[in-house]
Amino acid sequence: MKRLLKGGRVVDPANGRDGVFDVLIDGDRIVRVGRDLPVEADVMVVEVPSGLVVCPGLIDMHVHLREPGQEHKETIATGTAAAVAGGFTAVACMPNTHPVNDNAGVTEYILKKAAEANLARVYPIGAVSRGQDGEQLADIAELRQAGCVALSDDGRPVATALLMRRALEYAGMFKMPVIEHCEDPSLKAGGVAHEGYHASTLGLHGIPGEAESIMALRDISLAELTGGCVHVAHMSARQTLDAVRYGKTRGVRVTCEVTPHHVVLTDEMLVLPIPYDTNVKMNPPLRASEDRDAMLAGLADGSVDVIATDHAPHHYDEKHVEFDRAPFGITGLETAVSLCLDRLVHAGVISLARLIELLSVNPAKILGVAGGSLAAGAPADVTILAPDLAVTVSVARMRSKAKNTPFDGWQLRGGVAATIVGGRVVYEGVGSLLQFLPPAL
Amino acid sequence: MKKDLLGIAELSSEEIYLILDTAEAMREIGQRPIKKVPTLRGKTVVNLFFEPSTRTRTSFEIAEKRLSADTLSIAVAASSVLKGETLVDTAMNIEAMSPDMIVVRHAASGACHLLSRICRSRIINAGDGMHEHPTQALLDAFTIREHKKRIDGLKVAIVGDLLHSRVLRSNVLLLTKLGAEVWVSGPRTLVPAGMERFGVRVSTSVEEAVADADVIMMLRIQQERMQGAFIPSLREYFTVFGMTAERVARAKPDAIIMHPGPMNRGVEIASEVADGPYSVILEQVANGVAVRMAVLYLLAGGPEGE
Amino acid sequence: MDADRIARTLTRIAHEILERNAAPGDVHDLALVGIRTRGVPIAKRLAQLLRDIHGGDEVPTGALDITLYRDDLMRHAVGPQPVVRKTEIPFSIDDKRILLVDDVLYTGRTIRAALDALIDFGRPKAIQLVVLVDRGHRELPIKADYVGKNLPTSPSQSVQVHLVEVDGRDEVEIAG
Repeated sequence: MKRLLKGGRVVDPANGRDGVFDVLIDGDRIVRVGRDLPVEADVMVVEVPSGLVVCPGLIDMHVHLREPGQEHKETIATGTAAAVAGGFTAVACMPNTHPVNDNAGVTEYILKKAAEANLARVYPIGAVSRGQDGEQLADIAELRQAGCVALSDDGRPVATALLMRRALEYAGMFKMPVIEHCEDPSLKAGGVAHEGYHASTLGLHGIPGEAESIMALRDISLAELTGGCVHVAHMSARQTLDAVRYGKTRGVRVTCEVTPHHVVLTDEMLVLPIPYDTNVKMNPPLRASEDRDAMLAGLADGSVDVIATDHAPHHYDEKHVEFDRAPFGITGLETAVSLCLDRLVHAGVISLARLIELLSVNPAKILGVAGGSLAAGAPADVTILAPDLAVTVSVARMRSKAKNTPFDGWQLRGGVAATIVGGRVVYEGVGSLLQFLPPAL
Repeated sequence: MKKDLLGIAELSSEEIYLILDTAEAMREIGQRPIKKVPTLRGKTVVNLFFEPSTRTRTSFEIAEKRLSADTLSIAVAASSVLKGETLVDTAMNIEAMSPDMIVVRHAASGACHLLSRICRSRIINAGDGMHEHPTQALLDAFTIREHKKRIDGLKVAIVGDLLHSRVLRSNVLLLTKLGAEVWVSGPRTLVPAGMERFGVRVSTSVEEAVADADVIMMLRIQQERMQGAFIPSLREYFTVFGMTAERVARAKPDAIIMHPGPMNRGVEIASEVADGPYSVILEQVANGVAVRMAVLYLLAGGPEGE
Repeated sequence: MDADRIARTLTRIAHEILERNAAPGDVHDLALVGIRTRGVPIAKRLAQLLRDIHGGDEVPTGALDITLYRDDLMRHAVGPQPVVRKTEIPFSIDDKRILLVDDVLYTGRTIRAALDALIDFGRPKAIQLVVLVDRGHRELPIKADYVGKNLPTSPSQSVQVHLVEVDGRDEVEIAG
């Protein structure tokens, strides 16, 4: 079946497009993008109301789907349902499952579950080290063959400089980036929040920004040494951004991501509105406003490559404990687009085209996967955004199994109208005004 | 008063003075032949202690009994926690038996805030992690006021492990609210981040901190901090920060020396200072009962603005 | 009642006290305990009057705050707790003839609380009740031994005693 998305504002930075175009989809592929495309007989026309934005499918390169092993938090089915509801046509899932995704068996299991769910595309990320224990490299070639697109020991840093060196060298053979959770464990110590005034008032152990930047500097140096690709995950500290900029000026193959929560929230959330709210406990922690401002500047000036959610679902019981005992992390898939549109685009920090770069073009490029483009021949992964939609975040309506977000009840401007994966409409927002089905005869 | 006493942070200076004034009246009860009033008759107070504590728990128990509350103390150190019961479940089970107040001591900062959100009973913080220990700060203020007749304008030097001390946080909040000039001093490794923003002067020179002080308040150095490499040795700590008679001599001639206990003699404080004429350490303990009676009495009233 | 009337009334009560405690040694055993707030200045005035009339040592005088003994505390837990003030009885009440002093006797509940409180301080030989005004409407079996003035009132009215020491003037008025 052919579908023509007609008359929407197409924002497709990979192809330099930002204007009113039609997008013709045939089956699971985009076949043509142009102005006023002719309507052939077998084409179903979907009028895109003015105000909506057609863009390449968004890719979240940092999520935790928890399956296998922690299905009480999230499953691949619920996680990908959350993804498409959040406008993401693809997600890359971290290997810290039980068992760890350090072998082809687990990778294949994840892909099988993703195929069954048949919603967002799932790109598994394999472990750098066997069991993520920082001792021995995982079987990286085997992981690549099974379908992993990148490597990471996320949840913890690659344990030693030597192991990181080997990982960068070895993964480089397979064109896989190493995604690094930058954190010096000794500096983190027992930290649970950003080291600063607010953590001090609450008597919480702090984690200085340098715990992150020191590790980033190590990894950037090693990327320079090896020529490998390192991607700094969930960057939070201004010192880390400086480190990344330093690496880029030296021509090191380093990229970086920030999460929506690190660019929207600061460590003041530890105190207000709810003191010790475990839904603001994440790692890296929410930083000071100076750090947040640095991240905003990095988004604007191009130093930051990607926005990824670090979607970290946890069960209610796990978060309903003392702050020290609660697990790190919040969900992100279903709030990212609204937060970014409201706090970044409407706030004038970045343009819509830049947002699409951050959420689609660059993740595709870094992971080396299809997508990020609406070119003819590309997979028909399309997200239709409603930038002016009034959205009230509601955990009750979320598709994720988990409800651990500090954004419940937030009123934001901008949301998702529809998500199309491989030509199939997998999500349609309430009141999107899109008519994907022909009127009943 | 609000429903709970979670910390000094939530108290206004008027409320602090109300507690101190009420404690003045309560102290007299402890001097009677029959040290008991019927005020909290029929009220049930549970002392829920997840951390070992002798002084604070005993003080609360005596305060409760002097007000005729029905009281029981639960040391949860091992039992429930080892069986995997969460703090919330433990609290909800106690809550199901309809106590009126729960006095909580817990190793995690913010534990009382968590319980405050889920319990109908009034929560009194008897020390939560490194966060606050409000009744300690109140009894300290009571003791200071007794000796100095005021708090406003006094120079108070607090010396010791600032980083891990809930007593420090509560005292800094209280003393700055009431207008004291607060100096804090300790090894740089044990100064919390952003300490200046608490409205205090920070100095790593104990001599500077205690110079012309009206009050010197010592904080306990915990032996286990040695493992975190915060200080090289207890002996060296005493050399650099220990409160000796020579250091006390730099303070005002009528300065008082305080310590929340338990003391490490020869580590943070020399015995001659602890037992010296300027030491009010045992008065602090005595005043603790009156201050806790005041808190129990004032919290037992109707909630305000709810 | 105006200032003059109050003064004459207290003098009369002082005389009555001395008459009632006329046995040998009785006067020596007397002690006054005023109930806060306005019982305290009345007790002090009586102490002075007793000394003026009888001579000899000053009659020991204390102040009693009955807040912690009130029977209406916590029954309807709304609003802040009543302010507790200091009880100051700087003498042993054991074997004393205690004159318990208050400004107005009404339901009797304050006196009940005061009796409970006093017993916690020791075992007096006797307790006698002195009030400036008895306005009736007792809810407990309590009767004053010395009454300045009986003022028949309705429960909707209020009786206000003003004293120089507290209010800047001496006056008893009925409002409502």
